[in-house]
This record gives sequence, structure tokens and C-alpha cells, in this order.
Amino acid sequence: MRAPFLDFASAIQLLINGDATLGAIVKLSLLVTLSATALAALIGMPLGALVALTRFKGRSAVIVILNGLMGLPPVVVGLLVFLTLSRSGPLGTLGLLFTPTAMVAAQAILITPIIAALSRQVIEDLWTEYEPEFAALHIGTRQRITALLWDSRFSLITILLAGFGRAAAEVGAVMIVGGNIDGFTRVMTTSIALETSKGNLPLALSLGMILIAIIMIVNALAWSVRQWAERHAG
Amino acid sequence: MRDDTTVTPMIRLTRVSYDIGITKILTDVSLDLAPGKPTLLLGPNGSGKTTLLKLLMGLLTPTSGAISNTRDLRKAFVFQKPVMLKRSVAANIAFALSATKRDASQATISSLLRRVGLEHLHDRPARKLSGGEQQRLAIARALALNPMLLLLDEPTASLDPTATKAIEDIITSAANDGVKIIMATHDLGEARRLAGDIIFLARGRLGEHTPSPNFFTRPSTPDAQHFLAGDLII
Ligand SMILES: Nc1ncnc2c1ncn2[C@@H]1O[C@H](COP(=O)(O)OP(=O)(O)O)[C@@H](O)[C@H]1O
Ligand SMILES: [Mg+2]
Repeated sequence: MRAPFLDFASAIQLLINGDATLGAIVKLSLLVTLSATALAALIGMPLGALVALTRFKGRSAVIVILNGLMGLPPVVVGLLVFLTLSRSGPLGTLGLLFTPTAMVAAQAILITPIIAALSRQVIEDLWTEYEPEFAALHIGTRQRITALLWDSRFSLITILLAGFGRAAAEVGAVMIVGGNIDGFTRVMTTSIALETSKGNLPLALSLGMILIAIIMIVNALAWSVRQWAERHAG
Repeated sequence: MRDDTTVTPMIRLTRVSYDIGITKILTDVSLDLAPGKPTLLLGPNGSGKTTLLKLLMGLLTPTSGAISNTRDLRKAFVFQKPVMLKRSVAANIAFALSATKRDASQATISSLLRRVGLEHLHDRPARKLSGGEQQRLAIARALALNPMLLLLDEPTASLDPTATKAIEDIITSAANDGVKIIMATHDLGEARRLAGDIIFLARGRLGEHTPSPNFFTRPSTPDAQHFLAGDLII
């Protein structure tokens, strides 16, 4: 066992030298998670807005389920996507198992409920606040919806960033559906797990630092958005 | 009794009652409201002032009885705690204008802000304004509807004397411009300063409706006498 200090030193060495393998892994991670976040936003935000702004039978049940799905265990999502995409599964013929596309799907499924549930909450809270004024100012339905979405925009961006953070940090689902194939489906989290178990601590550590840096940046962004909104929109 | 043969009422209430479940909030209120000087709605907390204003605005529907308006009566409402959109002062006005057929040009917005003395805060986030300024912005937003009847729910409650004076001046000038004002207050001094006539409510019933000087010099009901003497009415 080497001194942890030496591992740190080599990890930093790797970062400074700009290791090519490392670069490819980071690039794929960002690509997969950004695609998953975009997909989840495309489905989750309209879904959240729809539930927030409509009244239908079973609505409370939908809200409870959405909120519950926020805590989906990533490995279970991985397992379900695996079963769906495996050769004998319903979408087996697409041949998507162990591809980046499968990883995007898994991460998107993981965070769509988060984005939908949080968007619903934000939009509905604002609606409750605005509703009396809408009524008194004779605001029509179309305009109400536009105003609610527009005035929620900063919160919605923060929600997106939270979804991105959760997807980026996730390991169980992408491991199962991606297979952690070198040079093809290996991302930061799965590499860290693998390299650690192999004893290649410098690579694991350097990936860990990059992952933490990305999460920090995302949180700093979220914080800046809130600050900016606070100052300019109130 | 007011002389209703000379002035046609803008709004007539005929035996209007409003219940929530089995609780009677307003009982058998009959009133004629005519154009002219401001009508002040007086009564202790919980006497039904807010409920009556919301019924007049059409935000609530009577449980029984009828409210009839003159044709095409444009009404606007200012809540006791108005909610500002998460936008600039000017954008709040623009939003109110957008629901009308009026043009929403900068000139219109500026002239509305000038009427309430807020033109210097044009670009400020509305939610950053003081209580008195928010109340004035809410009045400007209501005036954006170009109302013939302006309903105000205790607009000066919880404001200091300077802010109160500013609001009262705005109300007086709107009244001079021909806007009929109906305003709730529990401030007797304010009622004295502004009122042409007084509606006095106690326990959800109409106590009196009489020209202002009459009310203060010869209150006809014991409830009103107690109210003027500063006694609690339960
Ligand atoms: N939504 C409601 N549910 C139950 N009680 C209500 C509701 N709205 C008003 N009330 C009751 O009706 C009475 C009159 O209320 P309100 O019109 O707000 O009086 P005021 O404005 O004169 O203080 C109060 O006793 C209040 O508690
Ligand atoms: Mg009230």
C-alpha cells in the first residue's frame, strides 16, 4: 500500500498533463448527462406544468407518485432499463444495451420525476400566490400560463441544475445499462468504481476531483442564478 | 335614505347574503351605490368588509340575493395585501395593460406611474418596494384597467402617516377624475377625510348607509354609536 499522499500527487500530475483517457471519460460523462438532462427537461417540465395548472381526477395520486419517484434508487432504474433493452426485452431489437444511448435513457428516467415534481411545486406555489390578482385583473388562461412559466424561470433553471447534478453523480444505473466498456461507455463514476477496485488510485482520485469540481460549478451556477433573480426580478 | 331618484345607481344589491357552509358571513344586504364622492366601508374586523368588496367585484358570488351593475361597468380591485409579479415596476403595469384593449406603450405606463408618484422606480423589482409603494403600484395596476369603479380593501392599513397621506391623495385625485371609489377602512379619521357616504357593517349586516356627516354626527344604530365611541362590537 502506497502512501495516500503519493496517490494525490500522481492524480494531480494526471490532471496537469491532461491525460487522453481521462479527457475521453470526462467528455462522455458530460455528453451523457447533458443529453439526459435535456431529455428529462423536455418531458419533466411540461409534465410538471400540466399537473400544476390543471385539475383532474386522480391528480393527488399523480402528485404523490411523482414525489415518490424522486427517490428512485438508481440501481433499480438501471435494472428496469436493462430488462427493457436486453435482447429478450420489449425494446431488445433496438440493440441499445451497453451503449451511451442506454445510459442517457437511464439517467433521464432517474431525473425526469425530480424535474417534474419540483417544477410542479414551483409553478403551483406561484399560481396560488398570483391567482387572486389574475382574477382581479381579468387575465385570460393563455396569459396566466405564460406569466407563471416566465416568472418561474429562475427556479426552473435551478431545478435543471439540480437534476444535472444528480444524474452526473449517479453510478448504479449507468454501470448496469452501459456496462462500463473501456473507450465506449466508461464515464467518470463507473471509472472511479472500477479503478478504485483495481487499486489504480491516481486515476480514480483525479476523476473524483473533476467530478467534484463539476458539481461545485453547477451549484455555483445555481447560486448565481438565484442571486441574479433576487436582485433583478425580486 | 339617499335620494335615488336623481342619480341612477352603478350597482344595486338586493338582499345579498353570503354563506360559507353554515356560517353566515353577510346577511340580507341591500344597497344602491351611485356615482360621486368615495363610498367608505366601515366596520370592525370580521364584519364582512372584504367579503362585500369581493362580491361587488364579482370575485365571489352571492349565496342568495342579486347584484346588478349598469351595463359595461369596468371594475378594478386592490387587495389589502396586493401581490406583485416577480418583475419590474413597469412590467407589473404592462402586465395589467396587456389584459385590456389599451395600448401598453411606455407613455401609458409612465403616465400611470406618474399618477401614483412611482415614475422614478420604473425599473425597480416590484417586490423590493416598501409596503406603501407596493400599495401605490397595486393602485396603478388597477387604474391601468381604466375603471369606472375602483374597489380598495384597507389600502392604508399598516402604513405610516406619510404613506397613508400619499395613498389618500391618489384616491382623492382618482375620484376627482370621475372614478367611483369604494374603499374599506377601519380608520375613522380616514373615513372622515375621504367619504361622501358611509356604509357601516356589523356582524355581516348593513348597519347604515348614509351621507358621511350624518354618520359621524347622528349614528342611528347602537352598533355604530359603539363603533364611533371606540367600543368593541362582538
Ligand atoms: N374563506 C373563509 N372561510 C371561513 N370564514 C371566512 C372566510 N372568509 C371570511 N370569513 C369570515 O367571515 C367574516 C368576515 O370576513 P371579512 O369579510 O374578511 O371581514 P373584514 O374584512 O370586515 O375584516 C370573518 O368572521 C371571517 O373570519
Ligand atoms: Mg378585511
